Amino acid sequence: MQAYDKPLPRGEDFNGEFYRFCKDHELRFQRCQDCGAWRHMPRESCQACGSFNWTWERAGGRGQVFSWTVIHRALHPGFAEELPYAAVVVELEEGVRMVSHVLNLPVDELRVGLPVEVVFDDVTPEITLPKFRPL
Amino acid sequence: MTLKDQACIVGVGESAYTRGSQKTVLRLVLEASRHAIRDAGLTVQDIDGFVLSSSYIYQEALAANLGVSDLRYSTTVQMGGASPVTALQSAAMAVVLGVARYVLVPFGWNGYSEARISRRERPDAPVRPDNALSQALRNYYAPYGALAPVQHYAWLATRHRELHGTTDEEMGEVALASRFHAQHNPRAYMYGRTLTLEQYLQSPMIASPFRVLDCCLETDGACAVVVTSAERALDLQHDPVYIMGVAEGHPYPADDIPNRPDFFRIGLSFAAPHAFGMAGVTPQDMDFAQIYDCFTYVVMLQLEALGFCGVGESRDLVKGGTLRIDGDLPCNTHGGLHSEAHVWGLNHVVEATRQLRHEAALQVEDCELGLVTGWGDFGDGSLAILRR
Repeated sequence: MQAYDKPLPRGEDFNGEFYRFCKDHELRFQRCQDCGAWRHMPRESCQACGSFNWTWERAGGRGQVFSWTVIHRALHPGFAEELPYAAVVVELEEGVRMVSHVLNLPVDELRVGLPVEVVFDDVTPEITLPKFRPL
Repeated sequence: MTLKDQACIVGVGESAYTRGSQKTVLRLVLEASRHAIRDAGLTVQDIDGFVLSSSYIYQEALAANLGVSDLRYSTTVQMGGASPVTALQSAAMAVVLGVARYVLVPFGWNGYSEARISRRERPDAPVRPDNALSQALRNYYAPYGALAPVQHYAWLATRHRELHGTTDEEMGEVALASRFHAQHNPRAYMYGRTLTLEQYLQSPMIASPFRVLDCCLETDGACAVVVTSAERALDLQHDPVYIMGVAEGHPYPADDIPNRPDFFRIGLSFAAPHAFGMAGVTPQDMDFAQIYDCFTYVVMLQLEALGFCGVGESRDLVKGGTLRIDGDLPCNTHGGLHSEAHVWGLNHVVEATRQLRHEAALQVEDCELGLVTGWGDFGDGSLAILRR
């Protein structure tokens, strides 16, 4: 098998915690313990209420396509064989949005509001990327 | 107290715009700076302030090479391509409060021969230092192959197009108008190279909806402007160009594009009411607009954020030649980043100044008022409203 040659998340600080849950095939986001607000990307404190208290709460994994771009020129050679591929913004039911890929879907079938659910792609022995597939 | 009409742009200059300058960034900036200082009728000894954009050069080296021996004020704006217009705000504050008398606002880079944005994510490219955007980019975008502005801003463009139905031809008008204007500007990199709608539509897709010709140029070059107080400006050789209103704005959150409550509330959406309010004018009063044109659609989003039309209506606004020199809102009359050069929009400030002095290569007849926008990083914005 060819070595994985795409950029990997650096995983420093809270970002490492996010990806450690992904490795266990769990999609978790920070959620404020005081006001209940979900957030992504991870941050030190709640922008809604200022609280420093939060937990990593498991998300349902369902959402919908919010936006995307279909990439036809690889700016990093690791993606050259994937062309064309779509970098998709997915809105989770919890309200947070994340960049991902939607698997098993031709890029010209992407639509705003298309329902999707999370799947986990173990791209290396250390790193798992959350991705999505149509519901 | 506001900054309205209290500070002026009194000198402008630039280096040549090329691909392959064979010069250091500092050398390009020095050339542009000396031109701007001379254009103002000043000498280097008069300059006592710098407002830099980003960290391609350092104030210590700039002062030592220029011969500025009594530097009283120096700061650096970190808003990517929005920095040069924001720098006008900082320069105006400095000269109005008397912190400095004559502030130089320079920017230059070798955006083709050293720092091509289209190539900086290749594994063999020089490692770039971390910045405010690195957390999102490195952890959450890059692993999915979303590495560069052309891809990130495409998320804004795609959703906007899906909701409002903007066509390729409507986007293309932004590129065509710039290229048309550049045919009258011998400084423009695309001078002598015309563009048709067919050529635009046939250019290869990079990151939908952006084709190659939706993207600005990659060029080497530098610009500089000199800002002083309105009182001092009256003694200089050109008619002063007054900063009527100026503001910066940041989308929220500024360090992550997907998680904005209102996806289309860009930095300029925050800056525009402040700058128009300070100036006491409206978009309809503008005789021209020099709009940061990193990508065609980004111009359309800014036209909406400025209030020239409602959200989703820019597709109608750009029709019928509105953005052309003889249209209702001449836009990027020098050719912009698309067809003159990519100097982080400081060339837009230079052009606006020349328009208001009535000495532009392609002059908007009898213009009195115009605006310049900046756009950078993940959608930071800035706006200066200028008058003669």
